[in-house]
Amino acid sequence: MSDVQNLAGSPGFLALENLSLAYGNQMAVENLNLLVREGELLALLGPSGCGKTTTMRAIAGLLAPQSGRILLGGEDITHKSANTREVGLVFQSYALFPHLSVFENIAFGLRLRRVAGDELNRRVMEAVEIVGLKGFERRLPRELSGGQQQRVALARSVVVRPRLLLLDEPLSNLDARLRLEMRSELQRLQRDLGVTMLYVTHDQVEALALAHRVVVMNAGKIAQQGAPADIYERPTCAFVAQFVGFENLFHVRGGRLVGDQGDLPLPPDASGTNPTRQADPPSYALAWRPRHVVLGRGPYEGQVKGVSYLGEAVEYLIDCAAGTLKAQVPTDTTSPTPRFNILDRVPFDLPMADAVALQSD
Amino acid sequence: MNPLLRFSGWAVLATIFLFLLGPFLLIAAAGLSAGETLAFPPQGLSLRWFHAVFAMDNFRASFILSMQLAAGSTLLALLLGVPAAYGLSRYRVPGRELIRTIVFTPVIVPGIIVGLALLRHAVIPLDMSVNLALVLAHTVLVVPYAVRVVTASLENLRPDVEEAAVMLGATRLRTFFRVVLPNIMNGILAAFILGFVTSFNQVPVSLFLTGPGITTLPIDMLASMEYVYDPSIAALSALMALMSMVIVLMAERLLGLSRYV
Repeated sequence: MSDVQNLAGSPGFLALENLSLAYGNQMAVENLNLLVREGELLALLGPSGCGKTTTMRAIAGLLAPQSGRILLGGEDITHKSANTREVGLVFQSYALFPHLSVFENIAFGLRLRRVAGDELNRRVMEAVEIVGLKGFERRLPRELSGGQQQRVALARSVVVRPRLLLLDEPLSNLDARLRLEMRSELQRLQRDLGVTMLYVTHDQVEALALAHRVVVMNAGKIAQQGAPADIYERPTCAFVAQFVGFENLFHVRGGRLVGDQGDLPLPPDASGTNPTRQADPPSYALAWRPRHVVLGRGPYEGQVKGVSYLGEAVEYLIDCAAGTLKAQVPTDTTSPTPRFNILDRVPFDLPMADAVALQSD
Repeated sequence: MNPLLRFSGWAVLATIFLFLLGPFLLIAAAGLSAGETLAFPPQGLSLRWFHAVFAMDNFRASFILSMQLAAGSTLLALLLGVPAAYGLSRYRVPGRELIRTIVFTPVIVPGIIVGLALLRHAVIPLDMSVNLALVLAHTVLVVPYAVRVVTASLENLRPDVEEAAVMLGATRLRTFFRVVLPNIMNGILAAFILGFVTSFNQVPVSLFLTGPGITTLPIDMLASMEYVYDPSIAALSALMALMSMVIVLMAERLLGLSRYV
């Protein structure tokens, strides 16, 4: 909610007000409120089916909302048809026109705007150069690699200078190396053009690396929004915590950590303290990342159930009274790291300093 | 593979081909006869009856009508079939499966029944001219092919390509002409060829609808067989079959017809 207050007086460039969206009888998004600032790169992050793509399609005008409003630059565009919104959309599948060359794909939107002759040439070639495809203008889409096709799709969208650019999982069809390269290209493009971007993805690493601000969605609602560091380091609910890697999550009830199999006493340094700093929280949860679980010492004991060597760390699955924990021990080249074998009984610790406290849901 | 099994496989295949091509080969052979009467085996070999076909005047009118009918009804069927295929594949139409079934019925229902039904319940009550009746009937017969072939080629064009055009500022109509149409052109050509051949070779429905003086080539030939006994009918039949085969084979080579049917 703090973002809404920050923007009071300077309304968001893009504002979604009580937006509800449905596919058939299935509600996909309910009462969504979201503000995007001008020039911002905002990531909509969530698992498939969380409503992020549906939301994006509604902003594009490809899906009519059940209720609520969409405002762009102060103008109500809720009922404006998609082709007059001046919103660009980059598709996951690139969606290039198969029968047109790279040049004509990029020129498509300009020709519709009656740009012709020298200006058309100049602007298309400028876009071709921005995305680094000089020399490929005469090629057909099927003669290009996936990464090149994605660049054409980007150039085609930005050449008409949209007021807002929507990107739907644009990197998910690319291989890992290309994805990194395109990610920084996107950032550069966004900086150079200053275009407001809404980036939809299920990949938390991508969202955190790319965006100025991340909005995490779950089951048609916003679970948390904030700067990438806020999301990654200070998740506020169990869903976001597990999404960003706090995989060991326990509910706190009656002074004990409750897991899916049973319970454990609270860590000694947590007794008497209440990490939510509320007087009497009804119920809360504590969560730890695998790399914060200490193995080899501590007040608890468990049994090694699985070992995987990950290179920079060794990951252990530990059975304990509360359930199965995931722990990672970094592989250190300067001092020998302790190794455990399957069925070893190992003491472990859950340091309170590394825990996040969450609202139970 | 077992050589015996492989041999029997080839034998089965050869039998099927013989079964399919046999009638054509018999007719073609009969047409190559040097004799005066239609008979098999042919009495000597010559191309005289093939020459005779081109010299005959009596089939010219029905040949021209058949060509015009095939071209006209196929064009009409495409005008109806292309939008129908587009609507059925891109929009949530209530009762879509029912509509599809109805569109395909002329292919499923025997031609005799289609012809009789059209005659009894449309042509006679509405007092249609023979030309109009033929065009309407052939259009109805070709629409299923048009819808089917165009639907198949629409399935190769992702709907988000159209959405991309809309997001760049194109109206739905403009998107159809600038993006959809150029990408399904091969499918439309394939549908035209199939429709043309279907209409050109159509017998059972036309049988009910042709009238004296206005008739299609296959019906004209059928009628002539009652009083002409020379091999010219066999030569003409062989030419017609050859024409259809050449058209379909060319379409297969150029457009990959079999991808759509």
